[in-house]
Amino acid sequence: MVHGEAWTVKELFVTPNEYIYWSVQIVMYPFMTGLVAGAFVLSSLYHVFGIKQLKEIARFALVFSLALLPVAMMPLQLHLQQPQRGIEVFLTPHFTSAIAAFGIVFSTYGAIVASEIWFVYRKYIVETALALRNKADKSTGEKIYHLIFSLLTLGSYDISEKALHQDEKAVKILAGIGIPVACFLHGYAGFIFGSVKANALWMTPLMPVIFIMSAVVSGIALCMLTYIVVMEIRKFLAARKKTTYETYESTEEIKGIEINVIKMTAKYLLFFLIFAISLELLDLIFRGYTAVKTWDILRSVIYGKDFLDIFVFQYGIGNLLPFILFLLPGLTIRRTVVGVLLVLFGVFMMRWNVVIGGQSFSLTFAGFMHYHLPIIPHDIETFKEGLFGALLVIITPFVLFWGLNKIFPVFIKEVH
Amino acid sequence: MINRRDFLKNAVKGIAGLALPLAAIEIVSPRKLFAAKGETGKESKIRWAFLVDTYKCVGCGLCVKACKLENEVPYDANVTRTWVERYVLTKDGRVFADTPKGARDGFTTSKIDLGEGKFQDIKKDDIQKAFFVPKLCNQCENPPCVQVCPVGATYQAPDGVVLVDRKWCIGCGYCIMACPYGVRFFHPVYKVAEKCNFCYHRITKGLKTACVQACPFGARMIGNIKDPNDPVSRIIRNERVSVLKDEYGTRPQVYYIGISREVI
Repeated sequence: MVHGEAWTVKELFVTPNEYIYWSVQIVMYPFMTGLVAGAFVLSSLYHVFGIKQLKEIARFALVFSLALLPVAMMPLQLHLQQPQRGIEVFLTPHFTSAIAAFGIVFSTYGAIVASEIWFVYRKYIVETALALRNKADKSTGEKIYHLIFSLLTLGSYDISEKALHQDEKAVKILAGIGIPVACFLHGYAGFIFGSVKANALWMTPLMPVIFIMSAVVSGIALCMLTYIVVMEIRKFLAARKKTTYETYESTEEIKGIEINVIKMTAKYLLFFLIFAISLELLDLIFRGYTAVKTWDILRSVIYGKDFLDIFVFQYGIGNLLPFILFLLPGLTIRRTVVGVLLVLFGVFMMRWNVVIGGQSFSLTFAGFMHYHLPIIPHDIETFKEGLFGALLVIITPFVLFWGLNKIFPVFIKEVH
Repeated sequence: MINRRDFLKNAVKGIAGLALPLAAIEIVSPRKLFAAKGETGKESKIRWAFLVDTYKCVGCGLCVKACKLENEVPYDANVTRTWVERYVLTKDGRVFADTPKGARDGFTTSKIDLGEGKFQDIKKDDIQKAFFVPKLCNQCENPPCVQVCPVGATYQAPDGVVLVDRKWCIGCGYCIMACPYGVRFFHPVYKVAEKCNFCYHRITKGLKTACVQACPFGARMIGNIKDPNDPVSRIIRNERVSVLKDEYGTRPQVYYIGISREVI
């Protein structure tokens, strides 16, 4: 069977080779990179701009963005027809291609995030390594931990006041450089689509900017959601006095911190959401107003075939509804959870409507293609590019985050 | 503890030491490499171009059949390197077009294929005009598919033909997205990008392409546009010809005689 045939239904005049080649994994790709970039920007708001109220969530967001980073590459690997050659994008990049920049931008960004985390956690790493070193009769687990932490110190055990001050400076610089790199990482994902001149829906210079804005929105939303979940677990543990961390406060104390952080972060979420929606609407209005040759087919896709996906799911449920939820006075945790879930859904639908919507009309401008997401996989292709492949991509960052949290606990006192 | 001066000193030394062996590695462009390997090594004297006379096409589909067999594109797979489109314009101004199975078996019915198993019957008296348009890769002078390939697996030969390296293609599909003519697809067997290459294995040996050879009516022609005495080149220069979708700036090299504005 031809790639794409399993999930494409053609209607009216479509040329023989046209299928929905970029399926759900290519929806996941900008969604996941968006979360990475967004989480990083959120953490930088504290580190660079010194927004103190975000201190609590900043460290959290930083570790989370490291957990998300390898996952940004996963959908691409799952979508490639020759995944074993995927590494060639790093080794033999062809620089006129927007995708070729991936290797450079991705590794730069990874290096920045990793080194920033190292500086943030250096004191903790050194203290843990020293404590484990001095401990007599270590268990196997502790021996492994000792090895990991000793390696992580990179041989630098200096945690004097002066050294720590320098760490702080390094974090600030790295976070500062990180913001444009994070924006670039995601902006260029937008560029991959925006520069395809053959696709009438994708081709707009606004695409990278729209992608960045919605990326920040989704990143903040995911951080808020995960933060709330973790805080709820902590609250639950604190109530049962079953604490594994030394830093557990009372339930009331946690509650107080939680709602404060959430309220502050919600403001930034709204701020970026307004930007994202304005840009998307500008794009839509501009296309309608200029009404070039391709507008006829675009109009029938936007206002016809994809009306439900675009105006009901994306703008209505994904943007407007959470907007109202956050603006109403007396924000509660429960309302926030609903709000951020809707925001995440909205951003996902935006990616969906760009990637799938952009392929839902033919190059002939006289035919349509409908995408049917494979649910039950019957071969490797329908697994990789079906519901289960997408779910795999969604679950992985949380597993990684759980693992990273064992080494870089996001809730410890006395780190920057 | 290393001080700043020593650190900088050593860093400079390290970079200088690395730069020397690295300078030996040259970034090679596939185009240059291709030219160097070729006989001339210089600018090619050949620029392949294609000419389609739509007045002569009857939609028999022999070209599509010949292409599939010649280029080992699985016969029953719903992809093809070349195809023929049928346009039917009615007296009340409606435009119908279809290409069932890429017209591999020709147009065996007068009913228009609307997809999803639906067909539209048009009465003979309602038809204002109808014609066939063969399509194939335009071997663009400025090919967007080559531009977007992240690993350089698709490249333009000095004689203008755009080729795909099956051993190098990662199968990302970006080239398929970038082509405004829809000529690219994934090969069902090799699982890499596939396209019409003017039967490169034939034309470089002085043969005609499979579709040109199969066409009983001479609707398809191939030639060297750089040769002023080439019959195809002469027609392109002297007659009124047009190309498809030139607004994309791709500078396509498949020229058409007699296409109507409805053709896209």
